Amino acid sequence: MLLESERSGDELIVRLKGAWLIDNLAEIERALAGISGASAPLVVDFRAIEALDLSGAWLLHRWLVSLGERARVEGEPPAHFAFIEEVLHREPKERIAPPEGKLSLHDALAWIGRNSVDWAKQTRDSIGFFGRVTVNALRVLGSIKRLRLPSVTRHIYETGIQAIPIVSLIAFLISVIVAYLGAQQLRQFGAEIFTVDLVAIAVLREMSPLLTAIIVAGRSGSAFAAEIGVMRLNDEIDALQSIGVNYFEVLVLPRLAGLVIALPLLTIIADAMGLAGGALLSSILLDISLDQFLPRMQDALAPTTFWAGIIKTPVFAMLIALVGTYRGLQVRSSSRELGRLTTMAVVQSIFLVIFADAVFAVVFVELDF
Amino acid sequence: MAESDGVTEGYAHGSPTNAASDTPIISVRGVVNKFGRQVVHDGVDLDVYAGEVLGIVGGSGSGKSVLLRTMLGLHRPNAGEVLIQGKNITKMSNEELLAIKRRYGVTFQHGALFSSLTVAENIQLPIREYFDASEEVLRSLTELRLRMVGLPVAAAAKLPSQLSGGMVKRAALARALALDPDILFLDEPTAGLDPISAAAFDELICYLHRSLRLTIVMITHDLDTLISTCSRVAVLVDRKIVVDTLSGIMSNPHPWIQEYFHGPRARAAEAAVGAR
Ligand SMILES: Nc1ncnc2c1ncn2[C@@H]1O[C@H](COP(=O)(O)OP(=O)(O)O)[C@@H](O)[C@H]1O
Ligand SMILES: [Mg+2]
Repeated sequence: MLLESERSGDELIVRLKGAWLIDNLAEIERALAGISGASAPLVVDFRAIEALDLSGAWLLHRWLVSLGERARVEGEPPAHFAFIEEVLHREPKERIAPPEGKLSLHDALAWIGRNSVDWAKQTRDSIGFFGRVTVNALRVLGSIKRLRLPSVTRHIYETGIQAIPIVSLIAFLISVIVAYLGAQQLRQFGAEIFTVDLVAIAVLREMSPLLTAIIVAGRSGSAFAAEIGVMRLNDEIDALQSIGVNYFEVLVLPRLAGLVIALPLLTIIADAMGLAGGALLSSILLDISLDQFLPRMQDALAPTTFWAGIIKTPVFAMLIALVGTYRGLQVRSSSRELGRLTTMAVVQSIFLVIFADAVFAVVFVELDF
Repeated sequence: MAESDGVTEGYAHGSPTNAASDTPIISVRGVVNKFGRQVVHDGVDLDVYAGEVLGIVGGSGSGKSVLLRTMLGLHRPNAGEVLIQGKNITKMSNEELLAIKRRYGVTFQHGALFSSLTVAENIQLPIREYFDASEEVLRSLTELRLRMVGLPVAAAAKLPSQLSGGMVKRAALARALALDPDILFLDEPTAGLDPISAAAFDELICYLHRSLRLTIVMITHDLDTLISTCSRVAVLVDRKIVVDTLSGIMSNPHPWIQEYFHGPRARAAEAAVGAR
């Protein structure tokens, strides 16, 4: 108990006691709320308080002020009150307003409006970003000295070479799975040998470019966004600009160039691993030895099949690098935004990769490629 | 939350006293800190007594922040120990450490406000973490903290990225004061404030020290602050530490200390404080 009250005549005497410390916040709140309900004039007696900290004193002071004329103070007020009054007499008197609860039609309209404007701005910004990248890329192509080679090499290493194990493993496993399922179905027609065609075409044309791009989007798209985002948070990009360094040239283009070089190479490795997986499964499950597998594969593949897969990968690489760096540059203020934009970078680059793949599929069919 | 006797006593109102007690509440013993081959501290001893304002000075990169982090248990020294009320902090249980940290208020050199929370939420976070309180009470306590450090109430709803450098410092102090701490550790609190705010800040420190009997450990480059608030000064030079009263330090013959306290800048500060 932090207080006891006692009636005396038509007044209520409130004796405060015990520890009015931040440790007892909830009790303090309850005690003060309990006593405020009384309608009689109050006499507040501080003398029995054993301990008081600034938080306790503040809540007490607030409470007394809210009672106004109704309360009379007995005894010396606590020493903290002097400080609190001084603080209160400094400058503005406004209070922290509680957040508004109800949603109105007006808010809803405002929300829609704000989002539309945001959306339009985003579209404009992304087009602007693409334009600036193009302009800078052209300028760099004009004088190759401006391409930061050490930086490009670093990104080839980080996005390409370091991704080889995971890409190989996944390409191998997926192609084993496809070969296995294909063999199961084709066996019903006695056409197991076509498993080879299935694996070879599926791996080279679609699976390894797409899978590699998706893995790289997850690995490197997020890394691009996070690296650049943290630089934004630390004002490093402003610092670069103030030094007069073009941050597109140092941050965006090396990543773009690195990925455009690394992704096709990674895809070739994924092709090899995928075919190896298919060959392995065929020899174990279908008794198609490597001697049969290779000629059969040669027959199945048109000269363009390999290129139909590889030609897509620089486009995928550009999409991943552009989305990753763009989202990273959008980070403005907080660590939460960094997380949100990194996630967005990955999700959008994967979506764009798949979308681009679909466009390629249609175009290749039309071209008979 | 356990309340040690000293704590409750310290909060009792009526007769705040200024006397520092005899047993140190924190002692640093023979601390050695190295980063790779770079030796930052080589046998540093430091005692913090209850109720004092201890200033830590030293050149940039002399290891002031590292010393503070060592005292707080955030950095494990390569050798030596940190004792809190006689107990080695590396040997304490988590509960003991938590009970001690509950009594600490810390500001970091770069503010270290949580960037995804508003200023008000930053201040409320420690309170919510330890206690149950209604939103109304939280808002009210936040308002007091903001007013104490001289931030406009309108700043409550802002994100740290929307604050100026000086406001970040003050918001960080407001967060450090959130739990009504016994000890404040401040890493360059007045750096980046305009002289008027810095003077107001010094006054606030003095007030907290005088009336709440807070113990304050403060890294500062601000001679005004040092002269007007600190009862003792620790100087980090040549990987060692020299601790003395302000006047004792000023008569120390070490060239860096002489330059620091008797350069033109120092004389101006002294004159200004003397005139106040
Ligand atoms: N985490 C760290 N890793 C390596 N070196 C560090 C680290 N933290 C601090 N240092 C080094 O220790 C020295 C002291 O740093 P600090 O305590 O921050 O200096 P100051 O006295 O300016 O606060 C500096 O030379 C710094 O480079
Ligand atoms: Mg420092």
